Amino acid sequence: MTAARPEVLLPSSPEDAVRAFGDGTGVTVVAGGTIVMPDLTYGRLQPARALLLTRSGLDTITREGGTVRLGATVPVAALEDAPEPLAATARHVADVEIRAQGTVGGNLCAAPGAGAPRGDLQAPLIALGAHVRSTGAGGERTELVEEFLHNGSSEGRLVLEIEFDEPQAGARAALDRPHTHDYTALSVAACRGVDGTVRLAASGAAPHGIRLPSAERAYAQGGDAERAGREAIADATFADDALASAWYREQMLPVLVRRALTDLQETA
Amino acid sequence: MNLTVNGVEAELVSPPLATLLHALREELGVTSPKAGCQQGGCGACTVLVDGQPRRACLVPLGAVDGAEVVTVEGLGSLDGLSPVQAAFHERYAAQCGFCTSGMMIAAHAYIERGGTGERASILEALGGHVCRCTGYTKIVEAVGAAARGEVAPADVQADFDPQPGEPEILVKGAPA
Repeated sequence: MTAARPEVLLPSSPEDAVRAFGDGTGVTVVAGGTIVMPDLTYGRLQPARALLLTRSGLDTITREGGTVRLGATVPVAALEDAPEPLAATARHVADVEIRAQGTVGGNLCAAPGAGAPRGDLQAPLIALGAHVRSTGAGGERTELVEEFLHNGSSEGRLVLEIEFDEPQAGARAALDRPHTHDYTALSVAACRGVDGTVRLAASGAAPHGIRLPSAERAYAQGGDAERAGREAIADATFADDALASAWYREQMLPVLVRRALTDLQETA
Repeated sequence: MNLTVNGVEAELVSPPLATLLHALREELGVTSPKAGCQQGGCGACTVLVDGQPRRACLVPLGAVDGAEVVTVEGLGSLDGLSPVQAAFHERYAAQCGFCTSGMMIAAHAYIERGGTGERASILEALGGHVCRCTGYTKIVEAVGAAARGEVAPADVQADFDPQPGEPEILVKGAPA
């Protein structure tokens, strides 16, 4: 016996997408398809309804008055000219073709990967203080990216837009693994916002991207990048995967925090 | 759903969540896009969708209804190979051939977007394509030659004349 074919919805506007998603019950969202399609192909995912966002019109970028707004289906490749550290991170996602296909919304909602970290863009978006506007049960809401991820909102919400203010400066330090296309075992994003506040975030140091509040506090108290790096360990939940061991990540996180902060100082 | 594949319009009955790769290979019998990893990591299924290189294994058919798809068969013809095809032929850039069609599509797209043959840019353009024979040196040389216009497609003569509908080369046990 084969499973019933899923209902496939192909909205042609953002409003249609919101209506079609409804409260999200039983809906699998397919944006670029780079994460979801293998799960469908291999039968790991058998949705009742699938929402294809290809023609939803959620792919606009605006950059006005010091604010950047990214539609959910903006491809990763289109972020290669975005403010740092988003641009540098986008350039290190997978390969040129996957970057053209994968979307910022999909990257934000990426479930933790079994063999390698997913959601490389989460750290720079957190460091940029980005807010995400989503819809689902209870209607629309806007929250910080770290809250969105912490609350498990990537399940059951449809991302519509991501918004952040252009920072004074941004920097990225990463443990990239040489391969035919890029895998990032661990990365740190640092931003100096318009008010001068330094925000730090990491990908690969927990199941999803996290902010590094302990490191931020340490840095704010004296501008000591070394000390901030050591403090960052308290914010992380390290795990082994195919790219790096938890032990190695713990050794490297302080190094990457120090490097990102040093670069930030030099670019500011 | 409808696609135009290598200039030929086709109506498809595969479900909208089937991959473009499935539709091309299993429904239309266009077997140059290879079903390698089927999770976007090997590049062997890469085709042009409305002129842009895409992993056919990651594209739901419903998302490309009405699109124009070009596979490696559509890059040139038996009367005139494309520069990339001619370069692969002249520079011996294919071994087992499994990655070749994806490599050629990526190389064609690279040249179309202004690639000039500089080595680092070729490596970037082909970064998502794995050659299981590790024949990268010849492939990179061929793409560089095509990008710099150092090939002569007109000099490459096809020495076989397959009939429509017949397999061009049949090797027992070889992947289609």
